[in-house]
Amino acid sequence: MKRHILSHSVGTLLVWFGFAVLLIVAPKVFNQGASLSLLSQMGTLMIFGLSFNMLLGQGGMLSFGHAVYSGLGAFFAVHAMNLAAAGVLTIPVSLIPLVGGLAGMLFGILFGYVTTKKSGTTFSMITLGMVELVFACSLMFPKFFGGEGGISTNRVMGNPFLGITFGPQIEVYYLIAFWLFVSTVAMFAFTHTPLGRMINAVRDNPERAEFIGYDTQWVRYLTLIISAFFAGIAGGLSAINFEIVTAENVSALRSGAVLLFSFIGGIGYFYGPMIGAVAGVFLTVMLSDFTKAWQLYLGIFFIFIVMFAPGGIAGIWASYYRMFKFRKMRQIWPAFWKICCAGLLTVSGAIMAIEMLYQRSLGGDQEPIAKIAGVSLNVFESMPWCIAALLCLIGGVGFFFTQRRFIAVWNSAMAEIEVAILKGDA
Amino acid sequence: MEFTLITLLNGVSYGLLLFMLSSGLTLIFSMMGVLNFAHASFYMLGAYFAAMLSSHLGFWPALVLAPIAVGILGALVERFGLRRVHQYGHIPELLFTFGLSYVILEIVQLIWGRASIPYAIPAELDGPLFTLYTTTFPKYRAFMMLVAMVMLIAIYLLLTKTRIGLIIQAALTHPDAVEALGHNVPRVFMLVFGGGCALAGLAGVVGGNAFVTEPGMAATLGSIIFVVVVVGGMGSLGGAFIASLLIGILQTFAVALDYSLGSVLKFIGVGVQMTSPWYSLFSLTISQVAPVMPYLLLVLILIFRPRGLLGTREG
Amino acid sequence: MSQFALELKDVRKSFGSAEIIRGASLQVLKGERVAIIGPNGAGKSTLFNLISGRFGISSGEILLNGSSIQGLAPYQINRRGLSRSFQITNIFHRLSVYENLRCAVLWSLGYKYSFWQRLNGLKDVHELANNVMEQIGLQTRRHITAGSLTYAEQRALEIGITVAGGAEVILLDEPTAGMSRSESDAAVELIRKMTIGKTLLMVEHDMSVVFGLADKIAVVVYGEVIACDTPQSIRQNQQVKDAYLGGHAPMENAA
Repeated sequence: MKRHILSHSVGTLLVWFGFAVLLIVAPKVFNQGASLSLLSQMGTLMIFGLSFNMLLGQGGMLSFGHAVYSGLGAFFAVHAMNLAAAGVLTIPVSLIPLVGGLAGMLFGILFGYVTTKKSGTTFSMITLGMVELVFACSLMFPKFFGGEGGISTNRVMGNPFLGITFGPQIEVYYLIAFWLFVSTVAMFAFTHTPLGRMINAVRDNPERAEFIGYDTQWVRYLTLIISAFFAGIAGGLSAINFEIVTAENVSALRSGAVLLFSFIGGIGYFYGPMIGAVAGVFLTVMLSDFTKAWQLYLGIFFIFIVMFAPGGIAGIWASYYRMFKFRKMRQIWPAFWKICCAGLLTVSGAIMAIEMLYQRSLGGDQEPIAKIAGVSLNVFESMPWCIAALLCLIGGVGFFFTQRRFIAVWNSAMAEIEVAILKGDA
Repeated sequence: MEFTLITLLNGVSYGLLLFMLSSGLTLIFSMMGVLNFAHASFYMLGAYFAAMLSSHLGFWPALVLAPIAVGILGALVERFGLRRVHQYGHIPELLFTFGLSYVILEIVQLIWGRASIPYAIPAELDGPLFTLYTTTFPKYRAFMMLVAMVMLIAIYLLLTKTRIGLIIQAALTHPDAVEALGHNVPRVFMLVFGGGCALAGLAGVVGGNAFVTEPGMAATLGSIIFVVVVVGGMGSLGGAFIASLLIGILQTFAVALDYSLGSVLKFIGVGVQMTSPWYSLFSLTISQVAPVMPYLLLVLILIFRPRGLLGTREG
Repeated sequence: MSQFALELKDVRKSFGSAEIIRGASLQVLKGERVAIIGPNGAGKSTLFNLISGRFGISSGEILLNGSSIQGLAPYQINRRGLSRSFQITNIFHRLSVYENLRCAVLWSLGYKYSFWQRLNGLKDVHELANNVMEQIGLQTRRHITAGSLTYAEQRALEIGITVAGGAEVILLDEPTAGMSRSESDAAVELIRKMTIGKTLLMVEHDMSVVFGLADKIAVVVYGEVIACDTPQSIRQNQQVKDAYLGGHAPMENAA
């Protein structure tokens, strides 16, 4: 028993160590020009997503207004930076995220008391009202929110510390990486505290939690305050990274984005939102460079995840890992590669059609050529459309036939695994 | 006085439009427990379908065909999308409609472009209905109100006087019991969802040419109808009616009033100095504050009376 | 300090115009085991809901260890030493068996809303949860998600969660509902073991369970406690027989 605990701790330590190494080494591996900016964005989005999942994944609280805390944190951070540059405040840039965090926490205390009075759908509706309220207010108070243009700042201010000015992106990246590591450790540790466990209990069965002595409103309120703190840190880092904060930072749009990305990553797993952040930056920032249809792809991908893989990417990974661990991969492989081929065909056909549609709609008669994967296609000729339709048709039919077999094979493998687990524990 | 009367009438017509939209949303929520985030998107589709159809067939055929098309689309969405997600729980259902609203917006922009499209009021309905001194009240607004009232009466009769209406009412609170009695409840769900979307489409047909038909129309109305549904009481059609009128009139009046908050305070005898730190708040005009008001109302209602004006459950 | 662990004084509860509980009075001594029986719809579960704070009472008094508990929220009543189980299994279905029990003991051990202490480092929590887990016989299932347990295992866990917090007054709502004969017998043994020295109030339909566990039986009919006495006396009670059998009770055989 003792050896089991020890190997468990060593395993956990290794994961954290590996995470730290990954953060340090990432810029060396991804060293294209824009990569640093992307990595920085992923970093802030990870903290934001993890804080959001404290509410949704761990607490069962679906908030449509989480950007309020990160956005207000960002505004306070950016004002603090401007005040520091003007000599009114002395705060080093590296501690600005903390200013954001404290601001987020403050508003968590203020708004959270009202929002957590109710739970379930009512809670979600209050948060929607709250974010729309704050967003509408932000256009009414230009002195604090900067009106249409927002508030900008210069992160190179104050005395350089050990030669670090935070001018170059690489320095900003490492600042984000540091705060990301610290925040992740803290939020993970939270899940192993009494409050962290009770918020899970409140999620599963709020009534039962009351009957074991806990005031569920307090549990949710305190968790929200802590979550708002970390959201504020993410906001502060965003202020440093972009050097500008606008009303969009407190918008329902941004709240919806973190919801989308966290769900895609997988809300049932602690690290799910981190995967979601990577996928999110990929699907928004990177994909928009390749195709004009990126928003459609994002929406379709999200719906796909909701309908077929509600556990998110983390859930997909976890279930395939389980197959692998129980040595069932060989069993499902034949059906698996067949369904993958069918899916691939359908997806390629669909992408072709969508890209050509977009080219037709946006390019019009002036630009009839769509470039897909290096191949030029004239969107007004019928040939490319026929090919796309054929791909979809063949893929669709193939999918229809292979999916039944795959589902049967998958279910039987899962059943065997469950039997093995129940037996193994007895 | 003419200003008040005309603004009141405008407010009522806007409120009735909101009711057309929120009635479908209330029905869907009551029966299926799903908050349809894509409801305003079906409104948008109704407007776009009508614009397309009316340019080929004229306005009146479009008035009938466009809502039917939207309703069929809604039924398909329920059958092949929502039903599948239902097993995973309420949050995935909500997220599905959330993603759907996103995708519908993109597809609309893909097909019709990002700018507003022309969708004209038909000639026979254009022009003023009556004129009070210098302010006119357009015929079309009156037409909108008529359509909304007819729709309201039709729903009421359908729900209370027909057999299917009775089944729907029963399934609103006890779907399992109704299914046990042998009724095809999933089909009822599909009908209600399709019907609710058709109502939204109808609202789009009449609203799209009164206001602008553009991709942003779903977003602007989307949040407001949620406020209406929650303030009225989730699951109460009567509450949705009252709340729609309330918010419609409030919004219309607020947007039309140019008095600053400071002058309102002065009116009731409280003076505000230019040097006061709150001055920037008080120099705001009521029309500038107007967008905030529905959400303020939402938050206040949810704090003090979470079941809404006439609701029976907290959702 | 009252001698009664739990006291109901002319408790009434109406839902709208329907009066469900129509003047129920009951006195339970400390350490007593009382079974509440009665025809369906008599209001037994409603009484439990009133005592545990799930609903508020319309009039009357409910006293726990001598002090009034009406109007208090469930968590407040629980903190005063009353714990209940549910007829429909009410556990934390996504947490493991071990985690379920850990949660159940957290408040009573004083950890409250702490987010600065490492849960795994709390020895007393671990020990207590383990003890309860052994008593209910689920230590081989400790890491199984509670939602995946068999029905009988879930009922055992339900009892475990109820008792783990160390409450002095335990309310069990139909603990053997849906169980087979052998499962019921095992459950009776479990309940007996885990409520030694505590005050137990139990709603039950299974008479062998009732006769096996109860010191006293309270009979609830139409929202009133028509009798509260030892099992032997209840057996002979004419009013009880009439209530169950509508006045056409056969002659009592040697039982």
